Amino acid sequence: MTDRTRESGRLDAGELRRRTADLLVSCPPAETAPLDFLRARFDAGLAWVHFPQGLGGLDAPRALQVVVDAELEAAGAPDNDPRRIGIGLGMAAPTILRFGTDEQKRRFLRPLWTGEEVWCQLFSEPGAGSDLAALATRAVRDEDGTGWVVDGQKVWTSGAHQARWAILIARTDPELPKHRGITYFVCDMTDPGVEVRPLRQITGEAEFNEVFLTGVRIPDAHRLGAVGEGWKVAQTTLMNERVAIGGARQPREGGMIGVAARAWRERPGARTHDLHQRLLRHWVDAEVARLTGERLRQQLAKGHPGPEGSGMKLAFARLAQQISGWEVEFLGEDGLAYDDWTLRRPEGVDFTGRQAGYRYLRAKGNSIEGGTSEVLLNIVAERVLGLPPEPRTDKDAAWKDLPR
Amino acid sequence: MTAPSGAAAPTEPAPAQPGTDPDLLYSEPEEDLRAAVRSLLADRGGPAAVLADLESGRAYDTGLWRPLAAGMGTAGLLVPEKLGGQGASAREAAVVLEELGRAVAPVPYLTSAVLAVTALLGCETDRPEVTAPLAALAAGRGVGVLAVPLPTAPGTLPEPSVRADADGLLTGEVTGVADAAAADMLLVPADGPYGYALYAVDASAGGVRVAPGVPLDLTRVPARITLDRAAGRLLAGQDTARAAVTGALLTGAGLLASEQLGIAEWCLTETVRYTAQRTQFGRPVGSFQALKHRMAALWLDVASARAAARNAADALATGGPDAPVAVAVAQAYCAPVAVRAAEECIQLHGGIGMTWEHPAHLFLKRAKADEIALGTPGRHRAALAELVDIPAP
Repeated sequence: MTDRTRESGRLDAGELRRRTADLLVSCPPAETAPLDFLRARFDAGLAWVHFPQGLGGLDAPRALQVVVDAELEAAGAPDNDPRRIGIGLGMAAPTILRFGTDEQKRRFLRPLWTGEEVWCQLFSEPGAGSDLAALATRAVRDEDGTGWVVDGQKVWTSGAHQARWAILIARTDPELPKHRGITYFVCDMTDPGVEVRPLRQITGEAEFNEVFLTGVRIPDAHRLGAVGEGWKVAQTTLMNERVAIGGARQPREGGMIGVAARAWRERPGARTHDLHQRLLRHWVDAEVARLTGERLRQQLAKGHPGPEGSGMKLAFARLAQQISGWEVEFLGEDGLAYDDWTLRRPEGVDFTGRQAGYRYLRAKGNSIEGGTSEVLLNIVAERVLGLPPEPRTDKDAAWKDLPR
Repeated sequence: MTAPSGAAAPTEPAPAQPGTDPDLLYSEPEEDLRAAVRSLLADRGGPAAVLADLESGRAYDTGLWRPLAAGMGTAGLLVPEKLGGQGASAREAAVVLEELGRAVAPVPYLTSAVLAVTALLGCETDRPEVTAPLAALAAGRGVGVLAVPLPTAPGTLPEPSVRADADGLLTGEVTGVADAAAADMLLVPADGPYGYALYAVDASAGGVRVAPGVPLDLTRVPARITLDRAAGRLLAGQDTARAAVTGALLTGAGLLASEQLGIAEWCLTETVRYTAQRTQFGRPVGSFQALKHRMAALWLDVASARAAARNAADALATGGPDAPVAVAVAQAYCAPVAVRAAEECIQLHGGIGMTWEHPAHLFLKRAKADEIALGTPGRHRAALAELVDIPAP
């Protein structure tokens, strides 16, 4: 890696360590307000080192981010809260970087990264879930032609009640086939036409929202990509979403399997042979999923992204459901209890927090959100394995003529 | 989380984390080695030629073994250069096994170049009794087998069924020894005058009888070895012998995962290729969602099996303390993936998948036999229960 970076004239690990040390000297974490530190880190190009200079990065290889993170963690530096700002970091930022104007990048990326501005994603609709391109939310040019007026309804929007900005896809030309008449925008969630209603889920909490858009005005300067090219832009967002969902680095026995294994060690009286056999299978599956993710990361670090990314979310969803189901059963009488049905609006999802019953119910969403497992299997079959596509009747018809 | 019911058990420590980050990719020299082995196997004509060769009645494909083992030097990958080998590691041997699995090649690579060689490497390698047979096997000048039943899992070493007297004469019987009929040299664990010991026996010596059975897997034939006062040369005694045999079984089980990966890969690739072409109801059958999802799910399992198999190979190559966990995980995971891939291959091929002339059955038979070889998935999970502290009730 070092040789390659030298050849291409990019920064190496030593140089990044030096710059990290400089940052720690100019802004000692103990004496600096967390937000000031994060802003200084962004301005030093140490936020996401693979981003361009001036936008929180240094055009360095992405794999070297771990070098910076390790140094800063060791120094006790504040972290931007990745759970709260996950959608901004994982989906909005890579999309803005790839399709945004210089002005958009300058305006949005810094407060997004520091966590000052939370982002949400206005994609799914009641009639457009897995068939996302069927969306009906309309955006029409306003009277003086400088912007757009948006009307429609979105759903499954996590974090909408905290968000300052949203990435939004809307239909701008119903005469065209459904994939071609869509445009991608940045929506101001403080616009008076935006109404956010909590959507209560099977866990009792309202992690998601319904969002009603009524006469929402979006300046044309907040369009991402060309008019009618929104589907292409959205692909970048969705690709990054799936990587973000399946891609967190884990130690052995990290995540849910660790919780299950600890429960097993702590409750010898609840052990049965059947539960033992099943736990061992889950343990093996979790360890292999961890290794598969690690192998994917090693491929990425070498600049050879493998297709495994498409599959990691599938594996993650199946594991989470199996392990949480196992745990409720293992807990027996305690598994009959639930910790709290209060309608809460959590800031993020914690797949090891709360209690087994919560994890069991929340994990039901893992195979639905961010692309259902069925859709992902189709994607793997067609794009990775090259199998023939499903026959389709809606591909070339105008959106307005499709049955709804 | 509510408190545990009843008296709280003492909190046991979580299992140790693997020491260093494993390298789960393939290096350039490894890819070169793969290309060379694949090209040699392709020249031999692939699975169709394997099928024809099986009818010949030979114990293994000598026409493939010689160029592979001696010509390319793959038999000596695990042997240090000063002992006559290539000085490579389990990582390279794993790549060879992936390709042999993909070709369901009937050669004694796992048995001779992995199991027998590692057993010898576990003995004292400054003694000529050890170095001479090691050099011969490393050079591909002969085939050796470790005389233990193929289903033996690492860590479950059975008491020897062979007795050695003070003169080094061996008497007894070992069943289920894979490739024994192909072997020039038998490495026989025996109960000797000083306890557990490992002996070398020439397969052609007096008092040695090797009787192959009718095998499920036509490409790796287990045989019964009967010894009646056969002359053995002592290779190692007691703890050294036990460690040598256990180490060989661990390496064999870990590298078998790579063979299983190769089997699964061929089955998936062929199934995708066939279903994309075969038309029914006016469409390629591979365009039906019910079939696509099965193949996509299998792809994910194969991609995961690769990570598990690479991890085992890397752990064996670096010789770290995590190797037993890495091997048990790889075997518990890869063995069923290979079987499922072969079963799906047959089902999704429809009628042709049930025929003798299509090679799919060779892969199914190998995959199913591999599931038993060197410990079933259940035995490896039981080993993990100890290793990672998930104790049985």
